[in-house]
Amino acid sequence: MAEQKEVGFWNSLMRIDRRIIFLFIFVAISVPMFLQINLKIPTSPEVESLVATLDKLPDGARVLVSLDYDPGSEPELQPMAETFFGYALRRKFKVIVIGLWPQGPIQAERAKPIAERQVGRQFEYGIDYVNLGYQAGNELVIQRMGSSIPQTFPVDYFGKPVADFPMMQGVTNFSNIDYVFNLSAGYPGTVEWVLFAVDRFNIVLGAGNTAVQAPQVYPYLGKQLKGILGGMKGGAEFEILTGLPGRAVKYMTGQTFAHTIIVLFIIMANIAYFTTRKKEQGGLS
Amino acid sequence: MSTIGIWVGALLTLGILSFLYKDNPFYKLSESIFLGISAGYWFVSLYYQSLLPRLFDNLGVTKLMGASKTDGALQSLFVHGRWDPNIWYLVAGALGIMMLLRLVPKVGWISRWPLAFVVGTTAGLYFTRYLASNALSQIHATLKDFIVFGQPGFVGWANLNNLILLVGVISGLAYFYFSKEHKGIVGGAAKIGIYFLMVTFGASFGYTVMSRMSLLIGRLDFLYGTWLGLLR
Repeated sequence: MAEQKEVGFWNSLMRIDRRIIFLFIFVAISVPMFLQINLKIPTSPEVESLVATLDKLPDGARVLVSLDYDPGSEPELQPMAETFFGYALRRKFKVIVIGLWPQGPIQAERAKPIAERQVGRQFEYGIDYVNLGYQAGNELVIQRMGSSIPQTFPVDYFGKPVADFPMMQGVTNFSNIDYVFNLSAGYPGTVEWVLFAVDRFNIVLGAGNTAVQAPQVYPYLGKQLKGILGGMKGGAEFEILTGLPGRAVKYMTGQTFAHTIIVLFIIMANIAYFTTRKKEQGGLS
Repeated sequence: MSTIGIWVGALLTLGILSFLYKDNPFYKLSESIFLGISAGYWFVSLYYQSLLPRLFDNLGVTKLMGASKTDGALQSLFVHGRWDPNIWYLVAGALGIMMLLRLVPKVGWISRWPLAFVVGTTAGLYFTRYLASNALSQIHATLKDFIVFGQPGFVGWANLNNLILLVGVISGLAYFYFSKEHKGIVGGAAKIGIYFLMVTFGASFGYTVMSRMSLLIGRLDFLYGTWLGLLR
């Protein structure tokens, strides 16, 4: 009788309504948002490598930031952009923003004030920050920038001639850029930067990717890619290592809870599967 | 974001999320609005960020129409008698028009020419880049010292990593080697290759789950924080 009850429980688990699982996930993500739970976030070598490369740059280095994503990927990539701008402000980097996706430069304009509030300093437009906007052409834009950045982007995002900005004086091509940081949600993105800029023009590249895209760019890690921020976890590690805790750290608690629920469901589903199968096979014999 | 914008965003978010319960008219409405606005947004965005500045401004069409005071390639060539390399955008414009002829059944075949141009240039462009970056550089990165000196003990983490890399590459290649039947040593190696592939797919799936959870967290943060003001 007790055994029948047990198998009945596992059988019902096999037929569980998917909406119950959704409810569990919903609760697992919602509850931590209202509680101040700080979980320890260990850092990984790929994020440490990215930050170490940034730390080696001299103060006032000229960095190019390519934001190749749209609002659909904002929860994962926008915290990385905010942290990078915050770090750049602290190190007095000269930041040149571009976008291979039309919405990329807009995302930069949204991330900038958040970083400025966090650090307590402001970028001076044209002196230590310039947004060159979007340029159509995908990987061809990268290729053309290798020959001439001012010709590829003759005017900035607001329509002003790029040659008028003091920080753009002396910038001809990638040889005048100390570091490239790419935030990518797909094509064109990190893969194209590796193919057309790293291996051809020897730029130093670090990348932040959506979690879906991260496994695709991992093989480049090392010589071709000096560090990866993989999804929200990578973003949270980046915030910790740079000492600029932001949204990714805050979101990671919900992420951890949701993953725990999913793992528990996978374990229970496997137990249910093998238990009911064993019973069915026993019944057949 | 304005109050109206936040409310519209919140209601549409709830509309899309309502599909998790079951299909309903509220979801259909939200989906249709999203599709319609996306199409419109992309059209306007591409016109103003690509067609207008790259084609019409560079050629001087906007000046001809009286919408701009800046000369383009047509004015340079025909008014000032000066060569302007931007005149090449005429070829790009012509290819674009040829592509649009796909919409006219009788002359639709013309659209194959610009397509052939795109396919040819892309293939040529990628051929050398893929060979250099995805083949040669990757092979070079795989050729690592089997024993890394200076590690704590003989089997340090770096040595273990290199060993896993070596076994993974050889067994993975063995799995995709079809000129010999997968029996004996080749069969054993191929089987190990399958396990490596499974681990890869598992890691990929894990990352996908994280990505989807991140999107949900982003939306709930918007609903609780920006819309309802419940979060600090």
